[in-house]
Amino acid sequence: MITTKNLQFSYSQQKQFIFPDINCADKEALLILGQSGRGKTTFLHLLALLLKPDSGNIHINSKELSGLSPSERTDIRAKNLGIIYQRAHFVGALSVLDNILLSSYLSGNKQDKEKATYLAEQLGFADHLQKKTTQLSQGEQQRVSIARALMNNPNVILADEPTSSLDDSNCQKVVELLKNQAFSIGASLVVVTHDQRLKDEFPNQVFL
Amino acid sequence: MNLLKISLANLKEKKLNSFLSAMLLTLGIGMISLLLLLNKQLDEQFRRNIRGIDMVVGAKGSPLQLILSSIYQIDAPTGNVPLSEVNSLKRNPFVKTVIPLSMGDNYHGFRIVGTTPKYVDHFQAKIAEGALFSQPMDVTLGSKVAKNSGLKIGDTFASSHGLGSDGEAHNDKKYKVVGMFEPTGSVVDQLVLTNLESVWEIHEHSEEKAAAAPADDVKESDPAHEEDMGEQHHDEEKQVTSALIQFRNPMGLITIPRQINQNTSMQAALPSIEINRLFSLLGVGIDTLRALALVIIMIAGVSVFISLYNSLKERKYEMALMLSMGATRTKLFLMLLLEGLILAVTGYLSGVLLSRFGLFLFSRAAEQDYNYSIREFSLLPEEIFLLIGALFLGLLAAALPSLGIYRLNISRTLAEE
Repeated sequence: MITTKNLQFSYSQQKQFIFPDINCADKEALLILGQSGRGKTTFLHLLALLLKPDSGNIHINSKELSGLSPSERTDIRAKNLGIIYQRAHFVGALSVLDNILLSSYLSGNKQDKEKATYLAEQLGFADHLQKKTTQLSQGEQQRVSIARALMNNPNVILADEPTSSLDDSNCQKVVELLKNQAFSIGASLVVVTHDQRLKDEFPNQVFL
Repeated sequence: MNLLKISLANLKEKKLNSFLSAMLLTLGIGMISLLLLLNKQLDEQFRRNIRGIDMVVGAKGSPLQLILSSIYQIDAPTGNVPLSEVNSLKRNPFVKTVIPLSMGDNYHGFRIVGTTPKYVDHFQAKIAEGALFSQPMDVTLGSKVAKNSGLKIGDTFASSHGLGSDGEAHNDKKYKVVGMFEPTGSVVDQLVLTNLESVWEIHEHSEEKAAAAPADDVKESDPAHEEDMGEQHHDEEKQVTSALIQFRNPMGLITIPRQINQNTSMQAALPSIEINRLFSLLGVGIDTLRALALVIIMIAGVSVFISLYNSLKERKYEMALMLSMGATRTKLFLMLLLEGLILAVTGYLSGVLLSRFGLFLFSRAAEQDYNYSIREFSLLPEEIFLLIGALFLGLLAAALPSLGIYRLNISRTLAEE
C-alpha cells in the first residue's frame, strides 16, 4: 500500500511541481496519466525514494518515510519496491537469469533460482534465461524487468512508461502480466504513463 | 551472484580491453622479473666461484679476460706463464695457497683443466664415484660432464685441441676416466680435471706433430699453441696458463699485485674488482631494460585506467540501476576495484610465468654456449614487492575512474535515455 500527501518538488525556482495525493491499496492498480513535461518521471522517482520531496510525505505500508537517511531509503526501496523503467535496462555483462537474481543479491535477499525460473515461465521467457539481455526483443526485455521487479515480493510495484516502446499486442500482454503478478503477490501497482492505450485497462486514474 | 562474478563477467564482456591491459602488465612484470632472476643468478654464480680466490696471476693482457678464463672458464686464456715464476710466489709470506691451472683442450666442449688436488679442495668437490686423478692422463669428471658425456669409470677418450668442441683431436694420447665428482654448483661441475703433467704430455705429442706439419697450420693466436711453441724453445721449462692465489691476510692484496705487475712477466688480477667492473658494465644494459619495463608497466596502468573509464561511461546507467536496486556506492566501488585487481593479479601471474619461461630459454642457451646452467625457478623476495606494486597499480588505475560512483546522481541518470 502506498499513499502520498501534499508532495512538492522543484528542480529550480521556475520548475516547481505540486503533485496530487494518491492512495493505492494492496492488490489495487493505479494509473497516473500525464503529458510529457508534467513531472511524471519526477513523481515516480519521488515514490521510488530516488528523489527527496521538498515537502509532503509518503507512506508505504502505513510507514512514514520522510526524514530517513539515504542508506535507509535505499534499504526500504530494495526491500519494498519493485521498479520497472521505461526502457528495460540491465547489466549487460550478465545473463538474463543473473540479472533477475541481481535484485535479490543487491537487496540482501536469498537468491532463489527456482523462483526466478518460475517467474520466467509465468512471463514466458523461460527459454532465454541463459542468454544475454541484448539478445532479447523489447517486449521480452520488458517482461524480464517485470520478473526482476517481482523477485523480492515488493509491497509496491512502480512502473514508469512500461509500454511506451512496445507494439499493441506486446503492450496488452505486458499490462495483463503486470496486473496479474501484482495481484497475485498482493502488491499495489502504480503505473505512470502518457500511453493512452492503458486508459481503459485501469479503473483508478489520476491526471497530472 | 556476487561481486566477483559480476566483475569477471564485466571483464569478459570487454575481452579485448582486458586482454590488452593484462598483456601489457604481463610484459612489464615479465621483463622485470626476468631481469631480477638473471641478475641474482648470474651474481650468485659469479660470486660463488670467486669465493676464497683473492688473486689470479697469468700472462699479461686483459685482467677481466684472465679472471673469466681462469675462474669461470668462459673466455679464452690470455697466454701462458712459466711454472717456475708461479711457484716462486709460494715463497711470499703473504701467500697461503697457489693453485696452478693449465688448459687448452676440451672434450665435447667441456674444458680439460690440468691442476693440483688443491683446486678440488678449494671448491670442496667430493668424489661421487671412483677416485681423484693421480697419474698422468687420469681424469676426474665434473658432475655435468659425467652426465652429458655418458662416460663411465675406466672409459678412455681423446681430447680435442682448443676450447671449442670442433678442434683438432689428439687421437694418439687418450685420457682415462678414474672418477666423478658430486655436483658442487660451482665451475667444477663442467670441467674435466686432471693433473698438470697430463696437459704437458698431450702437448709434447702435438708438438712433435706440429713440427712435422706445415708451419702455417699453427694458429699463432691460440694460447694452447703458444704453449707448444714455448715448449719447443725451452723443453725443460714447464708452463701453466694461470694460477689462483689465496692470501694469508688482506695485507697481501695491497703489496703483491703491484709487485707482480711491475717485476714479473705475469699480471695479477683481483677477481672482486674485475667482477664488479663486469657487473657495472652489464648494469647499464640492465638499468635500461628495467626502465623500459617500468614504462611498459605504467602503460599497462594507463590502459587499465582508460578501459575502466570508458566502460564506466557506458555503464553509468547500469551503475544507477544497481544503486536503485539496493547496492551501496561502496559496494560498486569495490566491484570496480576488483576488476582492476583481477587484471593486476592475472598480469602478475602470467608475467612471472613468462619470466620463468624466458629464464628457461636463456638457461638452455647459456648451457649450450658456456656450460653454465641457471636453474632457480622459485619466487624471489623482490617479486613479492613486484606483486605489491602490481596490486597497487591495479587498485590505483581502477580507483581513479571509479570514484565517479560516489558522485553519480541516480535519479537523473535513470531519467535520461
